[in-house]
Amino acid sequence: MDPSRRCLSTELPPDFPSERVALVDLLDRLLAEGVVVTGEITLSIADVDLVTVSLRALLASVSTLEAVQSGPPESATRPSGANQQGAVT
Amino acid sequence: MTGDQGVWVYAIAKYVGGDVFLPAGVAKTPVRAIAAGGLTALASDVDLAEFGEEALRRNLENLTWLEEMARAHHNVVDAAVRLFPVLPTRFSTVYRSEATMVAALAERADQLRSALARVGGRMEWGVKAYAVPAGEGDPTAGKGDPTAGNGDASEPITANVAGQGPGTDAESGAGMAYLKRRRAQISARQEFSRTAAASAREVHIELSGHAAQVRLYPPQAPALSRTKAPMLLNASYLIDAGGSERFGSVVAVATAAHPDLQLDLTGPWPPYSFTGLEG
Repeated sequence: MDPSRRCLSTELPPDFPSERVALVDLLDRLLAEGVVVTGEITLSIADVDLVTVSLRALLASVSTLEAVQSGPPESATRPSGANQQGAVT
Repeated sequence: MTGDQGVWVYAIAKYVGGDVFLPAGVAKTPVRAIAAGGLTALASDVDLAEFGEEALRRNLENLTWLEEMARAHHNVVDAAVRLFPVLPTRFSTVYRSEATMVAALAERADQLRSALARVGGRMEWGVKAYAVPAGEGDPTAGKGDPTAGNGDASEPITANVAGQGPGTDAESGAGMAYLKRRRAQISARQEFSRTAAASAREVHIELSGHAAQVRLYPPQAPALSRTKAPMLLNASYLIDAGGSERFGSVVAVATAAHPDLQLDLTGPWPPYSFTGLEG
């Protein structure tokens, strides 16, 4: 999980410009929908689905990355139980 | 850049005689109207070095490439749907040749025609609902929970309890009080989410009553939708031609009726979500 996050951070800026937001809405529709007319296509729909599944995983980990980056104080206390206990007593 | 050519298809329309003037397609390729089985395919010739099986598989995972192509594809479909009804094809449908594309469409022509008739001149409107965290934002609540996804709220407390048990040999009163406080915070938050989720369901039912068809998408991750609040509804509604204004006012009424929700309306979209051949 962590190594992949690190890779992604070099490829994608953590803040998405507003244009990217519309892209998310667009990709919702383009990647999941659209009429499928099979024939001699270069990439079978099953393959496209596989690609888009991994793409969704990528987008999900990007968002996880951003969530972690946007909340350093909280995320810093979260992984260690010792810190939590320190806060208790 | 001049290797074997394939055919990228954007959308299918009823037979359109003559030329169509559409924006350039993917990789700036000119879009043509190709007759196929009594229908028209809107398509452009693409280099298989970039759009062949291997390359396509690789490129689809490249967000920069994907964005460029998704926007180009959308520009074509969006321009076309303003001229005549279209059935958008699945993004990244590339045939090895024009002849194989024509054959594939001709084979399914009847189904395509009925799908076209069903979608007709309808357009799609997207509605996303977010929970408005009223009076939330307790800084001690840990982990910025408004940003957390749906099932996420319960995770921190579970982790805390697990960490607590073996860690402290004597469960001090302070520790128990903390846990109780945390539980109360979390159950209040869960209660709030439940109410907002119920509101979102109500809105969805209301909007569905005004749509010819409905498609539910999974909620988007908070960071991607650029909001802190969890998304409770991500849906598309197929709206009759001429019904957009009315649908907009129904959304406005729903917004006023549900102050616990923020509703975002997007569209009109080409009927991407309603092209299923079945039905």
